Amino acid sequence: MVDATMKSDAAVARGRQSSSLQRTFQRKSTIAFLMTLPLILLIAVLVIYPAFYAVHLATLNKTMERYVGFSNFLFLFKRETFWMVVWQSCIFAITAVIFKAIIGFIVAHLVHNIPSKGQRKWRGMLLIPWVIPPAMSTLAWLWLFDPSYSAFNWIFERVGISPIPWLGDVYWARFCVILVNVWIGAPFFMIMYLAALKSVPEQLYEAAKIDGANWWQTMRFVTIPMMRNIIAITALFSTIVTFANFDIVRVLTRGDPLDQTHVFATWAFRVGIEGGDIPLGASVSLFMVPILTIGAIFILRDIVKRGNEA
Amino acid sequence: MPKKRISRRRFIAGTAATAAAITAPYVSTSYAAGSLSLGMWDHWVPGGNKIFDQIAQEWAAKEKVDLTIDYLSTQGNKLLLTIAAEAQARAGHDVMDFSAWEPAQYSRQLEPVGDVMKEVLATNGPITEAMQYIGTYTGDWNVVPSTRGSLILPPCSRIDYFKQEAGIDLQAMFPAGKDPAPEAANWTWDTFLVAAEKCHKAGHSFGLPLGATTDSLDWVGSLFSAYGAALVDAKGNITVDTPEVRQVLDYSKRLYAFLPPDVASWDNASNNKWLVSGKGALIFNPPSAWVVAKRDAPDVAEKLWTHAMPKGPKGRFAPLLPRYQGLWNFSKNKSAAKSLLVHINKPDNIRKLVAGAAGYDIPPYQKLLDYKVWDDQGPPPGTLSHYPNRGDQRNVMPCSPAPPPIASQLYTNAIMPKMMVRIGRGESIDKTLAWARSEIEGYSRQ
Repeated sequence: MVDATMKSDAAVARGRQSSSLQRTFQRKSTIAFLMTLPLILLIAVLVIYPAFYAVHLATLNKTMERYVGFSNFLFLFKRETFWMVVWQSCIFAITAVIFKAIIGFIVAHLVHNIPSKGQRKWRGMLLIPWVIPPAMSTLAWLWLFDPSYSAFNWIFERVGISPIPWLGDVYWARFCVILVNVWIGAPFFMIMYLAALKSVPEQLYEAAKIDGANWWQTMRFVTIPMMRNIIAITALFSTIVTFANFDIVRVLTRGDPLDQTHVFATWAFRVGIEGGDIPLGASVSLFMVPILTIGAIFILRDIVKRGNEA
Repeated sequence: MPKKRISRRRFIAGTAATAAAITAPYVSTSYAAGSLSLGMWDHWVPGGNKIFDQIAQEWAAKEKVDLTIDYLSTQGNKLLLTIAAEAQARAGHDVMDFSAWEPAQYSRQLEPVGDVMKEVLATNGPITEAMQYIGTYTGDWNVVPSTRGSLILPPCSRIDYFKQEAGIDLQAMFPAGKDPAPEAANWTWDTFLVAAEKCHKAGHSFGLPLGATTDSLDWVGSLFSAYGAALVDAKGNITVDTPEVRQVLDYSKRLYAFLPPDVASWDNASNNKWLVSGKGALIFNPPSAWVVAKRDAPDVAEKLWTHAMPKGPKGRFAPLLPRYQGLWNFSKNKSAAKSLLVHINKPDNIRKLVAGAAGYDIPPYQKLLDYKVWDDQGPPPGTLSHYPNRGDQRNVMPCSPAPPPIASQLYTNAIMPKMMVRIGRGESIDKTLAWARSEIEGYSRQ
């Protein structure tokens, strides 16, 4: 009898166990986790492992034979070129993100006001700079700035304007790399802002109209507050990507003239791969991490705060 | 369970079979000597890869080696990235192609090849000093100097512009198929400066790049050598502030005024385009610019003449951009690789390589520079006749005589071209020298 009871208890326990396992697998969060698992593994292999490996490399000496702690970073802090690269990366990223945001904002409004029938066509065309592989489109820009065959200078010469040393003069070269980055990146801002604009309830605009709000007041008190989170996230994402940019500078100027267009990634490549000093190159690329982390913390904190207020 | 008995007959048959298997002669399969893989520089000249394939596969067939050759372009640094990745992973090709100062950078991962070089030097004679300097940095040879892809960058000039604007007859000074005429003694860096000014005023500036590229470094390196200016001596001492360096910088200031305004960001293709477009009167380049002009702008090509470098107070130096083949110390088939390296460097094969690349490649052995291939190129006939050294010209590796680990940093970071740009843009010599010293001090880091 006792034995029979014990057997039935065990069966119940097994049943419970299997039903709890079933429940676990039926949970949306579990399914979501399992479906994202391949991506998580991919990120672990392609992002997390290389990131930790870069940290390991940054602590080695030039010949990679012994541990030197933070010596590579301390060495960089004493280099004039390093601080120039820090300064240039900040100018490059901040200026480019500001212009991308402004242009994206204006173009998003223009597209939003196009009747829906023809809007898709414009959206598609405006996204072209963003969908072309940057190395390829930058090569086309390089030809436009070319010293011998520049199309811009050819036009200038025809109208009596002296040719411009687009990539040879420090300020023009910086202008060019920022211009190309803005050209490639502005469509991303445009599409994000357009999505945000479309999600603003029409009733808010009607209410503002009834209250007698003018265009600027509607923009300030309705549109921008409703878009704030998207603006912040887009700016954060773009800042990270722009700070880490490699292809535009590499194709257009390779850091010339006089290293004055280098950003972190291109200088890290010069020092690490071309110069054969991989630990120092790893240290240069890791220097971006604290700058971007601080920026990310501030922006994300603001978004969470606003979310809680709402 | 009944035990299986071995019959006497079966025992005898088995023993006979085993004995036959042990004593049978070794029959080689089609790839008895294993496999070998090469990561080679992808040649610019059409036909440059094909002739190498023929030579290497001919050896592979004879030695029964399964040979694979990958041609890796320097476009987008594909070759450089492959070298860096293989050195880190300690896996990949057996033999890799190296350039400039790279053998010094990777010396710890390279197998000594002194035994190969002993055989090669015995047949080919003495090697260019500059290549020996880099190849034997570790004491023994750690790479085998290559004919394929090794080049010098002498001036390639417009015959007509030089005659009209500067009054210099290049063909008379450097006649086809002959040694330079006595007038070539007047072809100095001072004459060069005067010609640069005249051509610039006529709208045909010299296309001299000053960015962080090999073309920039090479011509600037030969200018420094011509004045005896070195930033670091052979012992590693920083010798930035010397009368010779100051003299070169003073010269640079004057020359910079006659160059196109954007030379500070030119890449290795910019100077070629400058010449082929018909704008420029002179560039420093191997024959690739002329080859492209022959294809795309034949009217320009027939006015081009390759000739010797200008002479300075310390001599006439042509910048060398060497290539080498190195054997990774993690290679699984070192003996086959060494045998192949000896085969490639046999005089007959060197002859085939030079002809296959239409004279673009320069053998590093003085004894093998007597080929007619350069005299036969045209139009104009004999345009490449003075591409290899003739007369008093010698090769120099830019940034030498600095010890290779420092020289490779000077080279990669293009210190000398940057000094010229700084001076050209109005910075004082003292300030430029202080900047260079600070940069070079950083390169001595271990």
